[in-house]
Amino acid sequence: MNRKVIFKGVALPYLLLLPQLLITIVFFFLPAGQAIWFSFLRQDAFGIRTQFVGLENFQDLFADPLYIQVIGNTVIFSVAVTALAMACALGLAVLADRQIRGAQAYRTLLIWPYAIAPAVAAVLWIFMVHPSIGLLGRALNGMGIAWDYKLNGGQAMLVVIVAAAWKQVSYNFIFFLAGLQSIPKAVLEAAAIDGARPARRFWTIIFPLLSPTTFFLLVVNLTYAFFDTFGIIDALTKGGPAKATETLIYRAYVDGRVNLDLGTSSAQAVVLMIAIIALTAIQFRFIERRVHY
Amino acid sequence: MIDRRTLLTGATTAALATPALPLRAQTRTEIQFWYGLAGVLGERVAEQVKRFNDSQAAVNVVASFKGSYTDVMTGAIAAWRAGNPPHIVQIFEVGTATMMAAGPAIRPTHQLLADAGVQLDPKQYLAGVRGYYSDTQGRLVSMPHNSSSAVMWINLDAFEKAGLSTTNLPKTWAEVRAATEKLKAANATPAPMTTSWPTWVMFEQMAAIHDVPFATKANGFEGMDAELRLTGPFFQRHVEFLLALQKDGLFRYGGRDNTADALFVNGEAAISCMSSALRSRVEREARFKWASVPLPYHADVIAQPKNGVIGGASLWTLTARNRTPAEYRGIAEFFRFISLPEQDLWWHKATGYVPITTAAYEAARSEGYYRANPGADAAIIQLSRAEPTPNSMGFRLGGFIEIRNIIQEELEKAFQGQQNATQALENANRRGNVVLRNFERANRA
Repeated sequence: MNRKVIFKGVALPYLLLLPQLLITIVFFFLPAGQAIWFSFLRQDAFGIRTQFVGLENFQDLFADPLYIQVIGNTVIFSVAVTALAMACALGLAVLADRQIRGAQAYRTLLIWPYAIAPAVAAVLWIFMVHPSIGLLGRALNGMGIAWDYKLNGGQAMLVVIVAAAWKQVSYNFIFFLAGLQSIPKAVLEAAAIDGARPARRFWTIIFPLLSPTTFFLLVVNLTYAFFDTFGIIDALTKGGPAKATETLIYRAYVDGRVNLDLGTSSAQAVVLMIAIIALTAIQFRFIERRVHY
Repeated sequence: MIDRRTLLTGATTAALATPALPLRAQTRTEIQFWYGLAGVLGERVAEQVKRFNDSQAAVNVVASFKGSYTDVMTGAIAAWRAGNPPHIVQIFEVGTATMMAAGPAIRPTHQLLADAGVQLDPKQYLAGVRGYYSDTQGRLVSMPHNSSSAVMWINLDAFEKAGLSTTNLPKTWAEVRAATEKLKAANATPAPMTTSWPTWVMFEQMAAIHDVPFATKANGFEGMDAELRLTGPFFQRHVEFLLALQKDGLFRYGGRDNTADALFVNGEAAISCMSSALRSRVEREARFKWASVPLPYHADVIAQPKNGVIGGASLWTLTARNRTPAEYRGIAEFFRFISLPEQDLWWHKATGYVPITTAAYEAARSEGYYRANPGADAAIIQLSRAEPTPNSMGFRLGGFIEIRNIIQEELEKAFQGQQNATQALENANRRGNVVLRNFERANRA
């Protein structure tokens, strides 16, 4: 009984854990379990006729060339959003970390976009990039560049990537700024005395010392790009034109909620679940080794 | 124990003793009604319900806006699965086949009315409206509510600028093409032409008007084993026509569903095919003279175009374990009320939707409404100008929402130049048939 140093018996610790466990079970395990179960079924929209079909939903999914295309879209989209959001945030954080007048005001302003709902963010972007009512869209067309993201798939992808990354920059910015402020000044001053220029100081000292933050943000941003960008895609392009901006999570939404095909949609949710578990495991197993703590 | 009971009795007495008004409201049968119309049209639905509630004291309909048509449908299905659905739900026309296949979840309107002893003759509804929501025996399964059709909207100022007649408007696609060429030459608007609802207008309406099958089995009316017929020569011809228009800079693709509405309203496209229910918005927002006329047709394919099909939504009665006969009777009363000619006439004039009853149409005509509002009857004329054929009755295809999007996607690829008309139609046909087969499998016990 020596191991139980804090609590005597099991009742109290479990009781204290109960609220959190209940929330986890009701909102995470039960829906996830139901998704796994539904992925083996074929049912009509109302769930009146239900039939066990084994792995048929998964077979159909991977036999569909369009699903493979959606996987490709998701990879491009997630990598681009993560890279763009983290690079911009790091740049801004380095700039805001300097001794400048009104630094506090800049920092506050840079955090704002995070508080904006995805649908509202998308509308803001529509007002900028829409080919006929958007400021930027009209300017581009005025300059003779044929800009129409409603028909051009590449341009549509660019728009959703930029909009999704923009929303995440603030979040990354906060963490990078905190990371920068925790780097000991003495190290930087020593390097400066040794004659290291700012760029060299950044790449040899600041960047490696920031790696725990960078790693954490990498995981968070990839998860964001995979799961939380649905609202922006829905409001901006609805996955179009011609599926150019359809990602895994958006397709799962369309099949489940719009097309009312819960079996296929659940199978996709299960695939996504496995993908994200694998991705996180790989990140912790391999990338974390290179991280300086 | 005694204490608690006394307390309870006390509470009940207190509840009963509260002012008479809420008490009377409580004794009225409450009917939940979910709808999916936003903006002005949503306000009109609320007004329609208020008119019903004010007209009698037995039933109180509570109307709630639940988001887009898709949101309303998925929300209502989820609520039914959870055992707590609304009594009445507004379902858009593409959801009709899914709802009809829902057996125990729905109470067909004809049965609802018969059980409640409410007499409503199906013949009083416009043929195009009635046919879409009837079973094979001609009995109403859902209640017609807001029906529109697609019509061609024309910016008359732009026509004038291009030297085109503003009274003799294009009737055929050849005339439309000639007009767009003049519009482009005169640079009257940034884009000569666009369209909303690419699938609904360019496939569904065109198939009906030209009496061409969209799918076998009378477009799905005669069975779930229907197959799409999109690879036929008519669609080939029409998609090639559209692609040529686009290639020559005469047509601009404005996006899926109704996103192109704005292009016409803000004066960017001189011609657009849009819902007739857009009338109130165009009246309010357009800064130019406009007209609405029936959709154009290919004169070499058909000399006398058939009727177009409706869009919009109908009202479905959902079942629940604890529904009382009084509740069903309340629903039937509401349906009877909105079918009254004077109520229907008000609805038609207030919303721009077509009247659902012939009586209301006759009334509007005899009081000179269409003389005062030219073009307000374009949709009605288009819907009732011919006796519906198996190709123009409507569509009853499972997974139709998905099929519409598939066609839009393949059309987009063609407009992008990634594929030609033949490839687009073959892909759409193949993918659409997969959807139909999946629906068939899922809905056969």
